Amino acid sequence: MVEDTGARNRLADMSTAIRSAINDGDSVYLTGFTHLIPFSAGHEIIRQGYSDLHLIRATPDLIYDRLIAADCASKVTFSWAGNPGVGSLRAFRRAIEDDIPSPLEIDEYTHFGLMTRLAAGARGLPFQPVKTFAGSDLPKHNDNIRKVDNPFGNETVYAVPPLNPDVAVIRAQRADPSGNAQVWGIEGEISEAAHAAEQVVVCVEEVVEEAITRSDPNRTVITSADVDYVVEDPYGSHPSYAQGYYDRDNEAYLEWDEVTKSHERTEQWLEEWVYDLDNHDEYLEKLNTERLLTLDPDSDYATPVDMGKY
Amino acid sequence: MTNKSPNKENVHQKDESAVVSEAQEAPDQEYSDYTDTELMVTIAARELRDGESVLVGVGVPNLACNLAKRTHASDLRMFYESGTIDSNPRSLPLSIGDPVLASGAAGLVPMYEGFSKYLQAGRIDVGFLGGAQIDKYGNINSTVIGEYDDPKVRLPGSGGACEIASNSHRTLVITQHQKRRFPEEVDFVTSPGYLDGDTSREELGLRGGPEAVITDLAVMRFDDDGEMYVESLHPGVSREDVQAATGWELSFADETGTTETPTTDEIRLLREELDPDGLYIGGG
Repeated sequence: MVEDTGARNRLADMSTAIRSAINDGDSVYLTGFTHLIPFSAGHEIIRQGYSDLHLIRATPDLIYDRLIAADCASKVTFSWAGNPGVGSLRAFRRAIEDDIPSPLEIDEYTHFGLMTRLAAGARGLPFQPVKTFAGSDLPKHNDNIRKVDNPFGNETVYAVPPLNPDVAVIRAQRADPSGNAQVWGIEGEISEAAHAAEQVVVCVEEVVEEAITRSDPNRTVITSADVDYVVEDPYGSHPSYAQGYYDRDNEAYLEWDEVTKSHERTEQWLEEWVYDLDNHDEYLEKLNTERLLTLDPDSDYATPVDMGKY
Repeated sequence: MTNKSPNKENVHQKDESAVVSEAQEAPDQEYSDYTDTELMVTIAARELRDGESVLVGVGVPNLACNLAKRTHASDLRMFYESGTIDSNPRSLPLSIGDPVLASGAAGLVPMYEGFSKYLQAGRIDVGFLGGAQIDKYGNINSTVIGEYDDPKVRLPGSGGACEIASNSHRTLVITQHQKRRFPEEVDFVTSPGYLDGDTSREELGLRGGPEAVITDLAVMRFDDDGEMYVESLHPGVSREDVQAATGWELSFADETGTTETPTTDEIRLLREELDPDGLYIGGG
């Protein structure tokens, strides 16, 4: 275990971090585009029985399907709601099409539109123009997508307002106890969402000494001043993946497609894999080591760079 | 259950004389048949030119790009919405954010950067699109069947499709050819094509536009008014077949051709190297 760094120590266990950071009714962004999705944090949100959350994610993925089935959410902001490479998000669809378990308000964008809202939120801008939406029917159904005049020319362009979630839960491969967090592989919207949010929970595969993060600062996606909690949470992205640590557990994505064919079966799954377990350690135990080991990639190291001693 | 079972598809023999017993099978004849998906992959691959930057999806577009790279376009650059630049996947990606797209890529950028600095700024030559519905002006719906506020079927939504359709220099559409997928008007415009035809796309300042629609029956392109017409029919497909699978009165090129079939070399590459488990090409 890495030693305490005094005033800057933000280490917490998952249960405490979630309880302290999130309140019922909050807007919450769990980051990660296919890569580094905070599944264990999502399971903890379900376990703690949250309600009326406004969930925000470009791709709701399996984790929001679970939160929706568990009746934790009243609204979802998104831009692509599918089971990546598999098909539909059935619990999400059931909520929208049939109000099961509860009606769900939707707030829909395109990927670029939603990324731009986060970018404006992270940068303190009142709005930001985008060259998309023209000719699409989405602006008719979303009042946050509006046309503005280009003050420097004779054209109109669509613009979106900033998005500042109450809480962002991000995952990274590693962070030091103060919260300097480092990601490699697909970064997605991790840094944008973390800088846009009021509170930030960082969950990582490994907590490392601050000397390690500071040895390679280009890899850092958010620094300690903007981080509230650091949770050491190995395999916490399962069944999504963590570059260099484990691959996506595709079997779980296919299984979810089967499980969610009925709300009753989905509830049984949540009972067995979330409510009946106290924490992520018990989830990993239940999953069994052999299954996790099959997901381990062979090593393929990037060549170290020489930062020089200055 | 680790893989999706291969699609059940029609297998087409290029030439009846090529049907021989397995014992006699010569190396070339082994690859003389093709499935609908293999045909669509080879057509799409031939639309790509060397040196181009392509925004790719999983499945058929990914196979088409890899096939083009292995045949006539070795310098093709594959981009994904997840922010991977010039990916060099060693195996088939399961999603557009698969780690094989990151390992060995020329660059990795946050999603906002990929969409703004690359796509919006005009650095993408070709974008691939699909969807549940496409109309005669190439407008695509991947959002909802029925009313938006009271959907019959809620589809995944745009993802990056709207901006790909709006900012790529040209787009290629790949879809199954069925009447419900080719209505005269789509229920919802997710990704703009030529809108109401004529100059309506230009007037909105959109870049590019759909260049070809590749289906399991035909290859279609767009005339000067932005209306879809049939350029070539796949072997064994009649005008009536295509019309019956289309929700409006289709136009045909003055000299509607027959789609060029895959070469044995293309089929061999697809089956032996690019999709050896038949995950997407099926039947093989």
